[in-house]
Amino acid sequence: MTARGSAARRRLVSSIMTGACACAVVVALVPLGLVLAYIASKGIGSLDLAFFTQLPKPHGETGGGMANAIVGSLKLIGLASALAVPVGVLSGIYIAEYPGSPLASIGRLAADVLNGIPSIVVGIFAYGLVVLPMRRFSAIAGAVALAIMMVPIVTRSTEELIKLVPASLREAGLALGATRARVTFGIILPAAFPGILTGILVAVSRIAGETAPLLFTAFNNQFWSPGIDQPTASLTVQIYSYAISPYDDLHRQAWAGAFVLVVMVLTISMLARLATRRLERMRIG
Amino acid sequence: MLRKRGDDGAFRIWTGLFALLVAVIVLGIGFELWRHSRLPIEKFGFGFWTGTDWDPVQEEFGALPFIWGTLYSSLIAIVLATPIALGIAIYIVEIAPSGLRKPLAFLTELLASIPSIVYGLWGIFFLVPFVRAIETAVAGTPLHRLPLFSGPPYGIGMLAAGLILTIMVTPFISSVAREVLRAVPMAQREAAYALGATRWEAIKVALRFGRTGIFGAVVLGLGRAIGETMAVTMLIGNNPQVSTSLFAPQYSMAAVIANEFSEASGDVYLGALFEIGLVLFVITLLINTASRLLIWSTARAPSRRPAPVKPAAAEAA
Repeated sequence: MTARGSAARRRLVSSIMTGACACAVVVALVPLGLVLAYIASKGIGSLDLAFFTQLPKPHGETGGGMANAIVGSLKLIGLASALAVPVGVLSGIYIAEYPGSPLASIGRLAADVLNGIPSIVVGIFAYGLVVLPMRRFSAIAGAVALAIMMVPIVTRSTEELIKLVPASLREAGLALGATRARVTFGIILPAAFPGILTGILVAVSRIAGETAPLLFTAFNNQFWSPGIDQPTASLTVQIYSYAISPYDDLHRQAWAGAFVLVVMVLTISMLARLATRRLERMRIG
Repeated sequence: MLRKRGDDGAFRIWTGLFALLVAVIVLGIGFELWRHSRLPIEKFGFGFWTGTDWDPVQEEFGALPFIWGTLYSSLIAIVLATPIALGIAIYIVEIAPSGLRKPLAFLTELLASIPSIVYGLWGIFFLVPFVRAIETAVAGTPLHRLPLFSGPPYGIGMLAAGLILTIMVTPFISSVAREVLRAVPMAQREAAYALGATRWEAIKVALRFGRTGIFGAVVLGLGRAIGETMAVTMLIGNNPQVSTSLFAPQYSMAAVIANEFSEASGDVYLGALFEIGLVLFVITLLINTASRLLIWSTARAPSRRPAPVKPAAAEAA
């Protein structure tokens, strides 16, 4: 609070700096507007029924769609959730129920560390863990990579949400002579369920847009891939291979794919946000 | 009673196993990356990190161009993103009218939820021509003689990669910086105002109080920038060279893994890519631990920290 300079000068500096902060907001929102507008204008124009119903056409032919990639992405997300949700929820339960134990601190730290590991690194880990022993790219390898990215988000949100359940509920259950497991699965989890679901949605919205961990796990496929042990197309990897190709028609499809992807990811994160807001209101009310 | 205690034990063990599994995954990633990179570690030793030749045919592997590209592009992103992100955080927490705060926070977080691949696609078709136009303009001026702006204006290259990273890490830094600023006690600002501070001077007091956490936010952004893959791969030019020029097509650690991993033939080649992954893992692990410690020290326990301005305020009172 050095009173250097006159009061008028200090007021001027203050207005300039607060004005600069407002400008920073505008500077950040310009690319957001540009990206969304560009994706929408290019993407909507490129969308047609074939995009959702047809397989990719061989190189050189125009037309075709990404039906297999859309189904592949949904399959990968579903498999990853099936692997990650039990691990995330149960580890979150332990960390919340035994907060003082060394294992809880280790688990919490591990979840935070895992959350910061680059997705490409998770991808090569899944390659070493699943692809090398199986000797082929597969949907399950891609799902393992995505699941590893989901786990820390589900773990931490489950922990936070269980801690928010009033202690009186737990005490009432224990006072009735119920076992800890029964109290947790019969009382605490149902009470925290909407919040945990939100955490899962946040995790899904994060992995739905991932490309790097799928490049050498699920790989890609121009056809339908039955089962979970075959190379599988995904929306993101397909967009990538089309984006770096030299053909205009493939670029057009990449835009359509990007538009569908953005709508999907934003819808999921919007749902998660709405659910959080409702939870907050319930807690205050 | 005994049975019940047994049930509780089983519950603890079963849930505990899953908590342990999370830790095992982290250790497993480190171990698996190390296991597959033993071959190049034995063959090249530390020379792997100082060599500049990347020639899979001759089995010559030097990773310096990739480290250089990762550090260079991340540095551009942090230098450009930090002032913008802090400006946003300050505006939302300290300046904006209360009705505007939530919508603005929501919009900046939208930036963070757009997938990397979409930024890459937009980068190829929108940002690169834009950057090329700027580079062409600069190439016509005497600035072109500086090493920073030398070389032909391709559009694709270090500048494009740095700019897309800036856009991508800004929302991360600003959302953590917002949390930190919100954790600064109101009394800090009130004391400053009571001494006749202008609005900016009061903000500076809050910034100084939260400086450790804000530094943590910037370090967290650096961790994100270093690990970012798809958008950088699509824009950096994928040319392994060490160049100071912003115009030059270069390469990054994540990008070389993304491009060459599925085509790598031979154990040494694959091992070299695993070793780059191992180093990315270690770097981001260190950076994330450091940033979390820094952020916790302010955002979690603001009352325990000595308040730098409080004594002055007390004297004035």
